[in-house]
Amino acid sequence: MATDPRAERSGRGRALLAGAAHLIWPALALALLLAFNAAFTPGFFHVEIRDGRLYGTLVDILNHGSRLGIVALGMTLVIATSGVDLSVGAVMAIAGAVAATMVVRDAASFPAVLAGALATGLAAGLWNGWLVSRLRIQPIVATLVLMVAGRGIAQLVTDGLIITTNDPRLAFIAGGSLLGLPLPVTLAAAALALLALATRKSSLGLFLEAVGDNETASRYAGLDARGVVLLAYAVAGVCAALAGLIEVSYIRAADANNAGLFVELDAILAVVIGGTALTGGRFYLVGSLLGALFIQTLTKTMYMKDVSADVASIPKAIVVILVCLLQSPVVRGRIAARRRPP
Amino acid sequence: MSLAPTRHLPILATAVVLALALTIGALRYEHFASWNVFRNLLVDNAFLGVAAVGATFVILSGGIDLSVGSVVAFTSILIASLVEHRGQHALVAIAVALAFGVGFGAAQGALIHAFRLPAFLVTLAGMFLVRGLGFVIHPQSLGIRDPFIAETLNESASFTLALGPRGIAIPLTVDIFLLAVATAAVVLNFTRFGRAVYAVGDDEHSALLMGLPVARTRVGVYAVAGLCSALAGVVFTLYQQSGDPASCKGFELDAIAAVVMGGTLLRGGVGSVLGSTLGVLLFGVIQMFITFEGTLSSWWTRIVVGAFVLVFLMIQRALLASTQRA
Repeated sequence: MATDPRAERSGRGRALLAGAAHLIWPALALALLLAFNAAFTPGFFHVEIRDGRLYGTLVDILNHGSRLGIVALGMTLVIATSGVDLSVGAVMAIAGAVAATMVVRDAASFPAVLAGALATGLAAGLWNGWLVSRLRIQPIVATLVLMVAGRGIAQLVTDGLIITTNDPRLAFIAGGSLLGLPLPVTLAAAALALLALATRKSSLGLFLEAVGDNETASRYAGLDARGVVLLAYAVAGVCAALAGLIEVSYIRAADANNAGLFVELDAILAVVIGGTALTGGRFYLVGSLLGALFIQTLTKTMYMKDVSADVASIPKAIVVILVCLLQSPVVRGRIAARRRPP
Repeated sequence: MSLAPTRHLPILATAVVLALALTIGALRYEHFASWNVFRNLLVDNAFLGVAAVGATFVILSGGIDLSVGSVVAFTSILIASLVEHRGQHALVAIAVALAFGVGFGAAQGALIHAFRLPAFLVTLAGMFLVRGLGFVIHPQSLGIRDPFIAETLNESASFTLALGPRGIAIPLTVDIFLLAVATAAVVLNFTRFGRAVYAVGDDEHSALLMGLPVARTRVGVYAVAGLCSALAGVVFTLYQQSGDPASCKGFELDAIAAVVMGGTLLRGGVGSVLGSTLGVLLFGVIQMFITFEGTLSSWWTRIVVGAFVLVFLMIQRALLASTQRA
């Protein structure tokens, strides 16, 4: 986004406005999809209260979208540094495997299980970050290593079994509710608040954008670019582990082969829909969450329209291409040229 | 930047590792050093080999293709459906599948080039799209009973090599694999298109300044990759005698891993199709080791392959660092 002419003449107010302007697109897309459902999907907006908690399609979307949203939040920071993390799905599987194994085989205490799963994600993230920042391997390739090996590691942890658990404390993570909403929604909101606080109320966000815009320049400016990159991948790993915990809790089993399958693609898509460019630089955490909700709504719409889960990937592909085209510098250039005739 | 003195080191490393693995296997396991085992190594990895040829073109040009597995699955169900449900001749079905591969690959290349989109995102969308299309054609796996595919192609078209005491019949799938490798090696080394692939991968800007047809090369590379993926789908269909829209999930990673283990730089510009072939064989040998060991489960394959990819990345980094210092 270094070439964005707006950036040069924008004051603080304008920058804020530009940030809000970026949120308009994912919000508009989501609104359009919801409007479609309001018109064509009966019962889509039906929400009722049972046993003090909300039930309904919208609540479902929030619930499942939260899991993807948490992964997307971590991914946003990585993409802001102009990287990408392809291993988040595998990390979800490993963290889930660790959690289920600790609960079932070791009968570990609940805080230990939480700490174990999140520490697994942290270790995976630090590994990715080390490969990218110290060994200077391209992010796609560096995280590919863990993407390939990760599910094998997860199966190693579970001995190739699908470990089922009915532990009530573990089940509470996805099954519990707070203020009538499922607990994952609270977790996603908490993750957003934490990351927004850390990146916007300190200079960390600025550092991330600086490294993503021009790593060399940021290093010359005295920034610990490698440390910033390492941190971004570590956060992505922890976020993926949290999503892995939610997934284990939701299906009450650790499935090394299918947990978090293709989530890396959805997460990248969510970030891109949210307005963060894959070339790095400015990032939008709220946008990524909106993107995740959009994807989840799209998936849910497909299901409610009796489109099989397998065929549902076609509209998703079309969305990817459309979003890509809208983000493409070529298309943006043409639109801008039309808007501002020379 | 020239890597001439060290250019052949990664491929040598692959060859040495492969030779070592084969020797260790022969010493460690009974029956490992037999023609049948080697033949199975080729048969079981023929479709991976064909796909890796396509992946080599893309990676040499500095891109990446994530749609490989989906295209393989799609072509397999397309051929099965055309032959079994539409009563088409198998050769017609195969021709349609290959034409689809070329067209689809070229479309991806055109999007990547014309709109400067990241290759991994476009081919990711392609992966979703084609995976879904496969399920539209037929939602389940579909066995092929067509006699032409089941018998004619599988038996009469294979030729017998006068190697070993009795001679070994080499199945058509392996012929296709070896032919694809040979053709790709000639194209990459002796045609303008092939040399342009290296030039674009090494430095697109310089290639453009030298007057090379960058646009045509880029689109061509993805068309070749699409063709190879479809051809891998044909080989897969012959190998499985069925089509399955759900098959080959994550297969593109295997192809990319084989290419990396074969010493091709993921940065682009350096590598060879021969290296990728060695990488495919190394991939197959790792799987064979795990089978022969008996007590190890198949998930070890992924871990070992991941570790190998990492090791080869390290070697590449070290080589790059040494040439940059020089």
